Amino acid sequence: MTARDEDIHASLSGVTRIYPGAAGTPPVHALGPIDLELKRGEFFAVVGPSGCGKSTLLEVLAGLQQPTAGTVTFEGRPVSGKVSDGIGVVFQEDASFPWLTVWDNAAFGLRRVGVAAAEIRRRVDDALAFMGLTDFARSYPAQLSGGMRQRVCISRTLVLQPRLILLDEPFGALDAQTRLLMGDEVLRLWRRTGATILLITHALDEAAMLADRIGAMSARPGRFLDIVVTGWPRERDSKIVSEAGFAEITGRLWDDLRGESIKSLGHSGVMAG
Amino acid sequence: MSRIGWIRIAVLVIAIGLLEFCCRVGLIDHRVVIPPSQMADALIALLISGQANDQIVRTFGIVILAALISVVAGFALGLVIHALPRVRQSLDPFFATYYAVPIFIFYPVLIVIFGLSVVPIVLMGVATAIVAMIIATLNGLDRVPQVLTKVARVHRMGTIATALLLKLPAAAPHLFTGVKLAVSYAFIGVIASEFILAPAGLGRVISDAYSDFNNRQMYALMLLLIIVATAVNMALHVVDQRWAERRGIAKP
Repeated sequence: MTARDEDIHASLSGVTRIYPGAAGTPPVHALGPIDLELKRGEFFAVVGPSGCGKSTLLEVLAGLQQPTAGTVTFEGRPVSGKVSDGIGVVFQEDASFPWLTVWDNAAFGLRRVGVAAAEIRRRVDDALAFMGLTDFARSYPAQLSGGMRQRVCISRTLVLQPRLILLDEPFGALDAQTRLLMGDEVLRLWRRTGATILLITHALDEAAMLADRIGAMSARPGRFLDIVVTGWPRERDSKIVSEAGFAEITGRLWDDLRGESIKSLGHSGVMAG
Repeated sequence: MSRIGWIRIAVLVIAIGLLEFCCRVGLIDHRVVIPPSQMADALIALLISGQANDQIVRTFGIVILAALISVVAGFALGLVIHALPRVRQSLDPFFATYYAVPIFIFYPVLIVIFGLSVVPIVLMGVATAIVAMIIATLNGLDRVPQVLTKVARVHRMGTIATALLLKLPAAAPHLFTGVKLAVSYAFIGVIASEFILAPAGLGRVISDAYSDFNNRQMYALMLLLIIVATAVNMALHVVDQRWAERRGIAKP
């Protein structure tokens, strides 16, 4: 394995995903062909119009879906229809378990794989402290806000110490201010864990603030139109939204995506001019 | 206690008081209905004498057995049917019309097959209760968020672990509604079967007391059944409410 190969943490090569049509309807070409190489420890964001296959891309990379064509690898091993050890996923929907306390939610995955009780306690207490949930350890998700529930889900992923974290619009349901603050927390998490992160988002500002590189996707079938390198230092937070470079990045992303967004709305003839 | 709770108790006290008054002043013939105080008196005497203990144990034992079978088998069948969409599609019309069919018409058939024993009564209890549990299981599983299935796959959980550790607790509020219904229906199925034809049991004793114009015994046992059925249902309701509060589900 070359030094370059070691630097590539996960990759998609010629990945296409076509959903078979339901009775009487044609197949839906959702994604690809897509080529992407995620470098070890980088923060990569994917933006694109609604329905362009962003979540499909994430699920294929996670191993939750099989690609119709192409290959997916994680740490040099092929990913095919099973989630590999070392991959953590946080979904847009509230995936906290309402029947468990915050602490038990976070401990769920560790208990499943039979980690010793003392180690579970250490990791869960640490993750909850990191996510600011220590005071709510005995609360149930129903007693928390949407943002806090999402932090519970992140804690549940964090305790498993994943090396690749996939975030599928995790802040999509939150208000703009909370999203910025959650972004800061994700950046802290990224720096501390050293994990590679792939973030799916529809918010250009979120992608511009968080990522090292941003992939702008076309309307369905989703392909990368542009890869924008942000050039931010690793030590950054939501204050960068006021920097001039931030506006340049979001402007470039919007230039990439405006036409595609119109296409996905089906209004090309009306609005394109 | 909440204001609604007090109103509920007040309505009950007024209704019982009214019945007591009507019986005492002769507005209702005592050969038809005895005053509630006499029903309670007769029940206490019956319980102290131990005269009906065997029947009480037998009937409630059968109810518990029928309810348990209905809940366990109903949940298992619900799981299987939910996993087989085509089977479910073909069965849905039967579930929808099941309680429109007077199930008790099958009781004589069961007696012919199994004899005049406990088995047909248990089966009638199960027959009245199990479909409620199956329907509740299907409803519950339908409402399990899709994202939990993805979470299960991220945690590399197998089918059984996913069903037991995620789907079951996620569907629990609906399953508990099924449990409540199954217990109530099991009561109805068992008592009604004993009432129609059985060698023993509370339903049979009530039926005999009715035939013998033994109003004190008949109403005493009816009161016992009402108290037990209501207490069990209220206990299940309280548990249901506590779970619902914890999970942030508003229940009336």
